Amino acid sequence: MSDNPYKDDRGNKDLSVTDPSKASTIEVDPGQSAEPVPVGEDKPFLIGENMTGGYGKGADILHDCTVSVNKGEIAVIVGPNGAGKSTAMKAIFGMLNLRKGRVVIDGKDITRLSPQDRVAEGMAFVPQTHNIFTSMTVEENLEMGAFLRRDDISATMEQVFELFPILRDKRKQAAGELSGGQRQQVAVGRALMTQPKVLMLDEPTAGVSPIVMDELFDRIIEVARTGISILMVEQNARQALAIADKGYVLVQGRNRYTDTGKALLADPEVRKSFLGG
Amino acid sequence: MNIRNILLFAVVFGLLVVVGYIQSWSVAFQLLNLCLISAVMALGVNIQWGYAGLFSVGTMGFVALGGLATVITSMPPVHEAWAAGGARVVLALLLAVVVIVAASQIWKRMAPGRKRNLSMIVVLVGGFFLYRYVFDPAVDAIERVNPAGTGYLGGMGLPVLVSWGVGGLLAAGVAWVIGKISLGLRSDYLAIATLGIAEIIISVIKNEDWLARGVKNVNGIPRPFSFMYEVNLQGDPWFVSWAASFGLDPVQASSWFVKLIYAALFTVVLLIILWMSEKALRSPWGRMMRAIRDNEEAAEAMGKDVTRRHLQVFILGSAVLGIAGAMMTSLDGLFTPGTYNPLRFTFLIWVMVVVGGSGNNWGAVLGGFLIWFLWVEVEPMGKHLLDFVTAWMADDSGLKKHLLESAAHMRLLTMGIILLLVLRFSPKGLIPEK
Amino acid sequence: MVDFLNALVALTNYILVPAVAYGSQLALGALGITLIYGILRFSNFAHGDTMAFGTMVVILTTWWFQDMGISIAPLPTALLALPIGIIVTLALLLGTDRVVYRFYRKAKAAPIIFVMASLGVMFITNGIVRFIIGPNEQRFADGARFIIKAREFKHMTGLSEGLAIKVSQGITVVTAVIVVVALFWFLNRTRTGKSMRAFSDNEDLALLSGINPERVVTVTWVLVAILATIAGTLYGLDKSYKPFTYFQLLLPMFAAAIVGGLGNPLGAIAGGFVISFSEVGVTYAWKKVLVYLLPEQWAPDSLVQLMSTDYKFAVSFSILVLVLLFRPTGIFKGQSV
Repeated sequence: MSDNPYKDDRGNKDLSVTDPSKASTIEVDPGQSAEPVPVGEDKPFLIGENMTGGYGKGADILHDCTVSVNKGEIAVIVGPNGAGKSTAMKAIFGMLNLRKGRVVIDGKDITRLSPQDRVAEGMAFVPQTHNIFTSMTVEENLEMGAFLRRDDISATMEQVFELFPILRDKRKQAAGELSGGQRQQVAVGRALMTQPKVLMLDEPTAGVSPIVMDELFDRIIEVARTGISILMVEQNARQALAIADKGYVLVQGRNRYTDTGKALLADPEVRKSFLGG
Repeated sequence: MNIRNILLFAVVFGLLVVVGYIQSWSVAFQLLNLCLISAVMALGVNIQWGYAGLFSVGTMGFVALGGLATVITSMPPVHEAWAAGGARVVLALLLAVVVIVAASQIWKRMAPGRKRNLSMIVVLVGGFFLYRYVFDPAVDAIERVNPAGTGYLGGMGLPVLVSWGVGGLLAAGVAWVIGKISLGLRSDYLAIATLGIAEIIISVIKNEDWLARGVKNVNGIPRPFSFMYEVNLQGDPWFVSWAASFGLDPVQASSWFVKLIYAALFTVVLLIILWMSEKALRSPWGRMMRAIRDNEEAAEAMGKDVTRRHLQVFILGSAVLGIAGAMMTSLDGLFTPGTYNPLRFTFLIWVMVVVGGSGNNWGAVLGGFLIWFLWVEVEPMGKHLLDFVTAWMADDSGLKKHLLESAAHMRLLTMGIILLLVLRFSPKGLIPEK
Repeated sequence: MVDFLNALVALTNYILVPAVAYGSQLALGALGITLIYGILRFSNFAHGDTMAFGTMVVILTTWWFQDMGISIAPLPTALLALPIGIIVTLALLLGTDRVVYRFYRKAKAAPIIFVMASLGVMFITNGIVRFIIGPNEQRFADGARFIIKAREFKHMTGLSEGLAIKVSQGITVVTAVIVVVALFWFLNRTRTGKSMRAFSDNEDLALLSGINPERVVTVTWVLVAILATIAGTLYGLDKSYKPFTYFQLLLPMFAAAIVGGLGNPLGAIAGGFVISFSEVGVTYAWKKVLVYLLPEQWAPDSLVQLMSTDYKFAVSFSILVLVLLFRPTGIFKGQSV
């Protein structure tokens, strides 16, 4: 039971009066939402530094965990189930409360910012599931991605269509009717519409076929080449590390190995424990 | 029960005593009786909402069924009406049951497809017209028998105390049907289903004059004991001298005495239901209910049949509401279908439970007492307030007249404000669930 | 042939016209319920009383206009009073949102807590309406009564059945069409409308796209104020105004919204008409139509009324149960807004 008395619904599941299924699950600390603070140190472009914290008032999931990515690079977080990979990602995006540590982007401390404000600071996040507006068309999904922008978005949309040509053909179709791989493309496309400086992907290849996965990784490399930093959590560790400039192996919320992608792939110990030999 | 809760109850009883002194003891006793009945109703809703999280807003329907039960049970039968069309009505109702059973059997047994749909529709439509063919003339005949006095089948002539039980059974039976339909679906649709069924129950009772005279009302419902009539008491030398020994006027004493006997009966019922509810809550059954409520998936994984348990708890709660409804109608001595209104008989009871404390039986009882007290007393209080506020206005001022006339509507406003305040500042109610 | 035409006219006069008008009123009401369900994710039990409140303001304004001699005859003055009704209703809705609902949004309260809060708002609104205008019936329709009178129609066509269309019915349908078209244009074509659909579809993702939830909620209340006031006023013009009747409209409106698929605007409209046609159809005495269609010796003795008018609730409800049994998510899936 949660300690919030307003959350006690006594197990009610009456669909004729309430619809909890689509409501927000983001827990934003009421103390958040402040201005970014300049740091004035030389740092990687985006860094989550010494992060310690967990969901709500629950136990800590992350312990002194550090993840960073440089401009135009791809950083990949891998690790066994329950290692806190997605949690680390969400912590960087401000979706859980950090008890210690900070998040810095482009020399500005954004630890106290709400997720929405981080979008304005140039971060874009693609959740693992529920990452598209199923009832809206592909085009509308992309438009919603660019919601904060007031300038002409047609050029960015054109770029997305060039990156994912299939979306151009399906632009008038409801996104919920697309195949799994196409949905992921819509999700990534939506995130790119904000013209982010950092793109964060939570297991983008979950549930898609190997061919689609390779295709998706190719596109991600292309995106990185345009100067956008990519931070990604992956369970297909081998393929992901192959394209990564930097790799993080997390175990139980702590950094275990940190190196370049290639070095991690070559490290016999990493191979043995995390890549299945 | 800790000191705080005892204090809360003491405050409510204190308020009743104040009313006795300021207004009159007759008003206070009447208030007490309806407080007791409200507490039983609140217990019924608390079983559904507090124990199992079922959002049922059909309270009014079950209360009305309890009222109907008093008529059917305790009124003397109208033999002429039975002779005129009783058998035919019974036949028609049996026919209706047969048709519905046949249709559902077709649905279950036949292979899905157009053939199944078609035969079900044929059975239903044909059955409906056949039913009306048998039913309509019988109803006409019954309603023609002395329409000003009876015009209905009458009851079974049993003691009215029996009807309290019958009210519970009747409500439970209807709840079973509703629950079967609305809890068995992929997800619950209990709220809208109960909201609708309550209206339907009321419209059936209002329109089927052969059953309980509809909006023509049934009055003269017998009282639980033959000595509970003021006239009899006043003619009883023993009672007159007994009243005189307290220095009371026999007319007033008899009225108080009858009300207090009712209060005693209601208290007994309330205590029995409260005791049973508490026992149930602390039994393995109650623990299981709470387990289901707090984590339905886990309970389901452990092999608990959640839908069945929910159905059970819905029926139990409805039965309690039926008992309360029967008690209320027998206190009134008349059955007036036109007065059932969801604000008063559904949503007000919900306010009682939420304000008292969802899931806590003592809280529900307290809520029943407190909210009923306010529901009745806000009107005179509002009048005084408006008198005070408008004192400076000219006596012939239209606004003043309008405001004073509108004092009665203050109670709705007050209930809303109380509900919102409690929901916000004490979301678990005055006596929270442990 | 003439018999057939007569039957057709009788059918139009007694079923089609009233059902279309009533269906439009229900649809507008159900749209309000479905919007709140889609965006705020709870069923608003205060919606009937919101309609009563909006209509009350329109009535008071109408009386004021009538006093000043302002009129737009042959159209009812109430149409002129609508904007004021909408603005005052909006003030009420935004006020309750500020004072009541916003707190629970911030507290991330369970949706059922919102439902209970809406019960409190229902009591308060109900009380305010009765306090101001009283519980009695009010008439405020003025201007012309009929577009076509039954007698004129008979005269025109030479048929023995008359067709009457009230001005209020005509206005209802025209207004409903305008409002619905405007609403759909707003939801499907404007940035704000699309952001509402996005929010309804996937709240988390909407937040991640930078959509401001408070703004979405405010716009929703604006739409609800417009829909509720117009629906209530049209119902009052067509039938009559009585606060308790509006409270009771909650059931058919809920039924309409659920039958269509809660959260789906298109469904709310379809549901409104399903409910209205079945209510009117089942409680209508079909004898009038049947006498023209059946051979003389088959002519029915009774009124061929399937159910007495008092059972109209039973009809809404039975339709609802049937739909839920076979399609638990409603005719249309309850998805977009």
